[in-house]
Amino acid sequence: MDRHSWAWFHRFASPPYVYRFAGALAPWCAWTALLLIGFGLYGGLWSSPPDYQQGDGFRIIYIHVPSAYLSMMCYALLALASAVGLVWRIKLAHAVAVAAAPLGASFTFLALVTGSLWGKPMWGTFWVWDARLTSELILLFLYLGFIALNRAYEDPRSGDRAAAVLAVVGVVNLPIIHYSVVWWSSLHQGSTRFFGGEAEIATSMVIPLLLMILGFTMLFGACLLKRMQAEILARERDAAWAAEVA
Amino acid sequence: MSRPLFALMSRDLKLAYRRRDELATPAIFFVLVTTLFPLGLSPQPDLLQSIGPGVVWVAALLAGLIGQQTLFKGDFDDGSLEQLLLCPVSLELLALTRVATHWLTAGLPIVLLSPLMGLLMDYPAHAMGELVLSLLLGTAILSLLGAVGAALTVGLRQSGMLMPILVLPLAVPVLIFGAQAAAQAAGGGDPGAALYLLAAMLVLGITLAPFAIAAAVRVSLES
Repeated sequence: MDRHSWAWFHRFASPPYVYRFAGALAPWCAWTALLLIGFGLYGGLWSSPPDYQQGDGFRIIYIHVPSAYLSMMCYALLALASAVGLVWRIKLAHAVAVAAAPLGASFTFLALVTGSLWGKPMWGTFWVWDARLTSELILLFLYLGFIALNRAYEDPRSGDRAAAVLAVVGVVNLPIIHYSVVWWSSLHQGSTRFFGGEAEIATSMVIPLLLMILGFTMLFGACLLKRMQAEILARERDAAWAAEVA
Repeated sequence: MSRPLFALMSRDLKLAYRRRDELATPAIFFVLVTTLFPLGLSPQPDLLQSIGPGVVWVAALLAGLIGQQTLFKGDFDDGSLEQLLLCPVSLELLALTRVATHWLTAGLPIVLLSPLMGLLMDYPAHAMGELVLSLLLGTAILSLLGAVGAALTVGLRQSGMLMPILVLPLAVPVLIFGAQAAAQAAGGGDPGAALYLLAAMLVLGITLAPFAIAAAVRVSLES
């Protein structure tokens, strides 16, 4: 393959280029997110009928499911960026991981809170040691550990690499943690099912849910891009280009 | 065993022997934490029987972590860790040797004390072998995991609380399967599945953890 066809890729190792690229892309993500979440909320809260068993209580899934999905996707992204940073020593990859961590922790927390609020009327208690809730809680601890370790180092470069090692160890462990918790909770109590299964959800509920998932992903993208910009500026604060844009 | 590894092992064992009183700390901690549960809950035999395996396991987990915080500290402070990096043997093998030696001096005493703690918690004598076996496998995995945490935090001033925060979430599967094996054996069930899973995790840990420990040591030495 022609060597120059890959030349564009190297620009993503240059902080000023990525800073401008993120700045240009972020508003697009934000507006798409606003549009999708707006339609999703309208479809979810007004135009779809209440569930025949759960009444209006089910509507919390429009926040809960996207948050839970993003909490996991964000950890995958964080681990991938960490691995790229460790292997190829790309500093910007660490900036992506560090920018993503608090977002992932927030979505995990949101998924836990909405799940527990949903659990109160449905299960009669705020907290059940259900497999999914428990692995989500452990995921939150993994995020907090990543953030704490990263901040504990005075030299940000070492903090990046140390937290990246932890993220990679965590992602190897995550499937083991998940299945051990599933096995553990199935021994303690019958597995709790949210619904009968994917096929039983009515179309009028699925479409707003899909819109919300896409909208939340776009929102995550917009926040990540803005956080990356801030992270890059903070890291490059001594560079001439950073003084120009800031 | 190659000579540098043997030298590291005998040096670590010698150092541990010369600081015998420090050796006892994790074991005393293990006994103490186990004792706290009947005091905090209630000494009723049926309650102790149901929580016993879990309590012994949680205490072993915490004691193991406490014992591991200084795994690389001394060598980091006096510069021997950098000399280990210069050693012709790969850092991964050296890390594995260090973990194995440390397990002999800190993990094994906990395993040997566990039947005694089992008796205190009214754990049935016929299942004691399974409790010991589960802890034998489990403490070895925890040593490997803890070493990753210890290596990541060795250069930090506030490593005391940070290291358990990093390692405890990763240790959840070990706790689940270990306590499960012990509880199933006590209830007359077959702990085979849980024990095999622990053994599988130990194999995975021995295979992968040295790379993570070595990477973490390198990061700590660069800072």
